[in-house]
Amino acid sequence: MESAVKAERVYKNFQSGKTEIEALNNISFEVERGELFGLIGPDGAGKTTLFRILTTLMIANKGNAWVDGFEVVSQYKEIRKRVGYMPGRFSLYQDLSVEENISFFATLFGTTLEENYEFVKDIYVQIEPFKKRRAGALSGGMKQKLALSCALIHRPSVLFLDEPTTGVDAVSRQEFWDLLKSLQHQGITIVVSTPYMDEANLCDRVALMQNGKIMDIDTPKGITQKFPKPLWAIIAADMYKLMHDLRSDERVDTCYPFGQYHHITFTELNQEIQSIEKTLVEKGHADLSIQKIEPTIEDCFMELMNK
Amino acid sequence: MKQFLYFIRKEFYHLLRDRRTLFILFGMPVMQIIIFGFALTNEVKNSRIAILDNSKDEATTTIIHQLEASRYFDIVENLNSYSELEPTFQEGVIRMAVVFPEQFQSSLLHTNAAPIQLIADATDPNVANTLTSYASAIIMDYQNSMRETKAFPYAINTELRMLYNPQLKGSYNFVPGVMAMILMLVGAMMTSISIVRETELGTMEVILVSPIVPIRVILAKMVPYLLLSMVNIVSILLISVYILEVPINGSLTLLLFECLLFTLTALALGLLISSISNSQQVAMLISLMGLFLPTVMFSGFMFPIENMPIPLQLLSNLIPAKWFYYIVKDVMIKGTGLETVWKETLVLVGMLIVLLTISIKKFKVRLE
Repeated sequence: MESAVKAERVYKNFQSGKTEIEALNNISFEVERGELFGLIGPDGAGKTTLFRILTTLMIANKGNAWVDGFEVVSQYKEIRKRVGYMPGRFSLYQDLSVEENISFFATLFGTTLEENYEFVKDIYVQIEPFKKRRAGALSGGMKQKLALSCALIHRPSVLFLDEPTTGVDAVSRQEFWDLLKSLQHQGITIVVSTPYMDEANLCDRVALMQNGKIMDIDTPKGITQKFPKPLWAIIAADMYKLMHDLRSDERVDTCYPFGQYHHITFTELNQEIQSIEKTLVEKGHADLSIQKIEPTIEDCFMELMNK
Repeated sequence: MKQFLYFIRKEFYHLLRDRRTLFILFGMPVMQIIIFGFALTNEVKNSRIAILDNSKDEATTTIIHQLEASRYFDIVENLNSYSELEPTFQEGVIRMAVVFPEQFQSSLLHTNAAPIQLIADATDPNVANTLTSYASAIIMDYQNSMRETKAFPYAINTELRMLYNPQLKGSYNFVPGVMAMILMLVGAMMTSISIVRETELGTMEVILVSPIVPIRVILAKMVPYLLLSMVNIVSILLISVYILEVPINGSLTLLLFECLLFTLTALALGLLISSISNSQQVAMLISLMGLFLPTVMFSGFMFPIENMPIPLQLLSNLIPAKWFYYIVKDVMIKGTGLETVWKETLVLVGMLIVLLTISIKKFKVRLE
């Protein structure tokens, strides 16, 4: 069976004044049916542009793409019938009520809320108590759920979610990912983009994007396993000075701040940790603690960026 | 079809829930008509004048009474010498002064000729012209009344008849003009803003990624503003007939049909504007600068087109409001039928077809 989404050597440039910006550079990937696929990358990586090409809103300069077996340029009308799309900004009518928003998008796709109620029930029940409220008066998490209901109302076969969790609190984010999982079980292919690296682990497979390029595509586990060196987390009383001292030490390859800790790798694969510790203590670092850790997606991302 | 109807309903929700805009949309026509009708008028009424009567005889007193009696003049000053004239004008108290020489009546009766000097403040040339001609007319009247008693060998009488607007009311001129202005503004500006708003909000992205046909989106956007404009047309017509006493001399059906045609042209222009502007502000600016000003300047209702240089006259042909203004003046005031306005009507139909075709062609099925 053909894949749900397929992109082949997609390029996209934008003209900004006199300079040309390369938004997408040789993007190729495939998403299997029923897969929850994540596009992970910081702002400006090209995620939104890629979504717009796949949802037929833009035409690539080079390359080709298919969604649900249809070509994105010549068969765009077919694709528009069968994809659900939730753009980065919650595209709702602020002055319409929850109910009116959902009925509008349902009618747009030639269906009704009643017809597909079972399908969107899991999400819709959460916002149903507020159905008379104007969308503009909803909280961020509620808006996000409403937007998702609107994108799902016509039972799409492929769902594109562009940064659905940006600007949403941690609890709502978790709930949202749970919803995505349950949707996946109903057989929908989901392509989701996010700048939050920690959300990568919730996807089946992820593509790490940076500056319009895909750096790696794999399962979250596969990606972290590829991390080439032992990784250490280090903490001390004066973290700023610690960073400075580590970066000036020639035995240290990389050093990045990660929450409370600094994550470091060494130039030598089997660097003796005691000698490092000794140097740092000599430099006057108190409360020093170093431990070996498993790399996260973010570590891998930083590593890939420096390649 | 259901899809289309719901789309229209949604547009109505937007429209009806935006109280401020709605108030402006319905209030504007009423306000404009009333402001133009009662405040901004170029009719000359109760102009303040001064009299310098050096003669003070029966004839001058009668003429002064007659000036006073007309609704055009208000005598505010009686001057005693020529030297007081200039200061009074400079103070801005009076618009015109009437000067009678000494021995006015006796020179009139004995030498058969007596001068009266009319001095007008010509900073506003039109008003000065109007005032002096009104005053001359009153003085001529007096002279004619004298003729009845004294035998006067020759006389040419001019008989004036003001066709279509015997009372020379300004409202006969501006009602069609204001109508063109409002329909253009509501139609073009509101449609363009409502489409651009969707692009700005990001909802256009979602609408595009749906099976709806672009032409339906366009039509659904037009319908509410079309209805709104029809309400405005009716209210303007009601106000002008019942409050401003401007009659509808021609066929009402034809008039309404022409209004509908012009509104559609305005809506099509709005669509076109929306396709070339990327923010609500830009859409509004283009509508105001690119449509509203030309409508006021080149429709002929403020400034006569015949007096403009040839290039501007040619340019005015591109302004739909110019044709509409002709049509409304002919149908509403002169009471003529389609046989006199078919050319203008065809021009509007042509403009509508061209604009609509371009805007449907230009409607983007994708983002830029």
